Amino acid sequence: MNQYSVWKYLLILCVIAVGFTYALPNIYGEDPALQITSSRGFALPVDLSTSIDDALVTEQISFSDSEQQGNRLLYRFNNTEDQIRAADVVREALGDQYVVALNLAHATPDALRAIGGKPMTLGLDLQGGVHFLMQVDMDTARGQQLDRFVDDIRAVLREEGIRYVSVRHEGNGLLVMLRSAEDRDRTMNILRTNQSLQGLNVNELPPGETFGISATVQEQQLLALQQTALKQNITTLRNRVNELGVAEPVIQQQGADRVVVQLPGVQDTVEAKKIIGATATLEYRAVDETNDAFTASQTGRVPPESRMYTYQGNPILLKKRLIVSGDQLIGASASFDQQTGQPSVSVTLDGVGSKRMLDFTRDNVGNRMAVVYIEQKPNGRKIEDVISVAVVREPFGKRFQTTGLDSIGEASQLALLLRAGALAAPMEIVEERTVGPSLGADNVAQGFKSVVIGFALVLVFMALYYKVFGLVANLALFANLVLLVSLLSMLGATLTMPGIAGIVLTIGMAVDANVLIFERIREEIRNGNTPQASIRAGYEKAFSTIADANITTLIAAFVLFLFGTGPIKGFAVTLSLGIVTSMFTAIMGTRAVVNLVYGGQKRVRKLAI
Amino acid sequence: MKFLNRKTNIDFMSRRNIALVFSTILIIASIVTLSTRGLNFGLDFTGGTLIEVGYPSAPDTTEVRERLTSAGFDSIVQTFGAATDIVVRIPPTEVEESSAELSSRVLAALSEGVEGEIEMRRVEFVGPQVGEELAEQGILAVIYAMVGVFLYVMFRFQWRFSVGAVAALFHDIIISMGVISLAQIEFDLTVVAAILAVVGYSLNDTIVLFDRIRENFPRYRKRQPIEVVNTSINETLSRTLMTSTTTLIVLIALFVFGGEIIHGFAFTLIVGVVIGTYSSIYVASNVLLTLGVSKYDLMEVEKEGATLDARP
Repeated sequence: MNQYSVWKYLLILCVIAVGFTYALPNIYGEDPALQITSSRGFALPVDLSTSIDDALVTEQISFSDSEQQGNRLLYRFNNTEDQIRAADVVREALGDQYVVALNLAHATPDALRAIGGKPMTLGLDLQGGVHFLMQVDMDTARGQQLDRFVDDIRAVLREEGIRYVSVRHEGNGLLVMLRSAEDRDRTMNILRTNQSLQGLNVNELPPGETFGISATVQEQQLLALQQTALKQNITTLRNRVNELGVAEPVIQQQGADRVVVQLPGVQDTVEAKKIIGATATLEYRAVDETNDAFTASQTGRVPPESRMYTYQGNPILLKKRLIVSGDQLIGASASFDQQTGQPSVSVTLDGVGSKRMLDFTRDNVGNRMAVVYIEQKPNGRKIEDVISVAVVREPFGKRFQTTGLDSIGEASQLALLLRAGALAAPMEIVEERTVGPSLGADNVAQGFKSVVIGFALVLVFMALYYKVFGLVANLALFANLVLLVSLLSMLGATLTMPGIAGIVLTIGMAVDANVLIFERIREEIRNGNTPQASIRAGYEKAFSTIADANITTLIAAFVLFLFGTGPIKGFAVTLSLGIVTSMFTAIMGTRAVVNLVYGGQKRVRKLAI
Repeated sequence: MKFLNRKTNIDFMSRRNIALVFSTILIIASIVTLSTRGLNFGLDFTGGTLIEVGYPSAPDTTEVRERLTSAGFDSIVQTFGAATDIVVRIPPTEVEESSAELSSRVLAALSEGVEGEIEMRRVEFVGPQVGEELAEQGILAVIYAMVGVFLYVMFRFQWRFSVGAVAALFHDIIISMGVISLAQIEFDLTVVAAILAVVGYSLNDTIVLFDRIRENFPRYRKRQPIEVVNTSINETLSRTLMTSTTTLIVLIALFVFGGEIIHGFAFTLIVGVVIGTYSSIYVASNVLLTLGVSKYDLMEVEKEGATLDARP
């Protein structure tokens, strides 16, 4: 007798039921929708939806549903025509502070959504969009950090009244040259204890004409810097992407110094790259007021402490010493000056930045200050533009305004550039993949077709070859497909073209376990065993083989997952999940059905195998 | 329907020397094509820019090529799947230009003198540095997979089986790559994934056979190893053919209906499954016999001694 205990049947039924439930969201389509978020990532006001509702009602645009999901509002429409009209209406009603993006929201019923049901996410190759891999230029980030140390050391020494010969950064370290052994010892003590100079390894150099100290930045400090630079870049990228109004962007760290940016559904890639690809930093520098820029440009003799730039077609000399760099800038926004009503840009700096700005502006009222915008091109070349030159009217620190701009348009452009320049380190695009929407649709259609045809052929083949047992295996194969889809949906895994290939391959290989079992059963019957004993022996003997074979395949899939990026990873995920689910359906699932069919009969004459 | 629902008794192993010669020839031929023709490395590994565009009606590729050359692009132009689809490949350049600018300039150059609208289907840009890393990762993945398998098989079976399995894998990978080189299939990341899937598949086959050999050694104590191996191959033959058939069915479906993007992947797997089936019969077990596998390898010596001692 072959009987499963009741709890095993229940377990199998439960697993299949749960699998079906969570696979279900995939059969519902998508609704055209609008997604409304705050452009600076702030929380949405409570009454926002009422004002949107009002605007839509006034324009007589009907929407099927609206809901708030975290920091975004989602409006669903019956057709794309309504969606596009509504987008214009809502944009007009809400203004610049909010981003209104066209989106496709999955039409999963509320009951399923309540228990966390959601369809599989489609990869960029299936729905179209842009994928960028951006690399942060860590060498530059380190150089900036060293420069900042140089500035800080000079400031501290000046405060302490120590006269130095020079402080400069050389290679990967810093050199401080002093006039006497006493100064050197005092300086070493300061470097070791000062709060703002933490993370330095300080060493004494053999004394010569001058007394030197060499300092290197501790490895830990450099790693921390690397992390901070990357994190800041990711935050800034997120803001920039927000400005693009992409529905569901992915911005993720990859490895130690790279960032992946995925913008599904973006079709105008040139525009996207202009905003994302224009990797930029900015620097506030003092204008050299003591030397004449025109003379310097004619003679070619630039004073050693300054550099030559051009601003609005005219040469301008800027001091090499940095006041504030982009990573110390917290925010910049366009507004109207409260007193004069002129367009202006309000800038906010962080603690370090505001102290430096205050130090500078205290001594330089009436002098000019310039903003240099540095753009990094993909080939590594730098383009430096002076985007603003303004007179310092009074000492200021944390918050200040730049006025004298021609229009509010110019002000918002400058604010945008300032925000865009708030990057810790330059980045460049090292990989780009763009898939047009029609290719994505073709891929979905072809992928779906090959899954269906491959699946159907295997079903027919198995049924012909193993008769009743073949039909049982087919049930298991179908359950396997459902379980695989539901697992992918639950895990929020992204389905890509190689992922579909993985599913197709899993279908082909999932029958292997059943083939092994059925061949064993046939063998046992040939050896003259009774049908019931053959079934039992078949399942038992095949088990270790199936386990060994699948575990070795899992090892290969696991390695693929570890080393693979993008397409390979998707393939590895579906393949390994498929192996696991197929073990369950092909062994436990088929056994349960076979037991139900043959297990209860006392005497089975012949098996249809 | 039963192709093989009877006991087969084919003497596979008597032809093992012929198989050895056959495999050796295939491996040498593969190494020769790999070193003379080389692999047709795709964008993932070479770096550069690839642009796929759809024409309203099939264009003349020579004309397209000339137009691009006169516009100053050093490019390779091919049709991709359908005759209306064109792929333009541009090697990595020193020119300061982002891929977006490059792709729009190419699109502009292509649009000249064409009626209707040309549709941008796909743009891929891979920096040379990323390409190198991807290649390195691919090679490392294959090596680690082999080491992992070697260790697992050694743990579950014995070292001779590990050598046999890994030798079969090596055989499959070299010959699959040889065929890819001969057919000049574009070698990209999906093909690397396919090769690793071949590793998985071929292993699956080999392990099933090994499992049977392990089971049969104690069962047929009096037989010579070569006979035991032969019996094991025969006993698993119907399963081997059946699973290969179902896998090939879905792969052919994928090859025919999956579209151009998945062609290289499906092709590699089809080749790999055929070679993997052959290698688990002839290469893995051949190595096993050459290394002198015997029934003593799979019996737990201490246990046997214990039973002897227990006898009166």
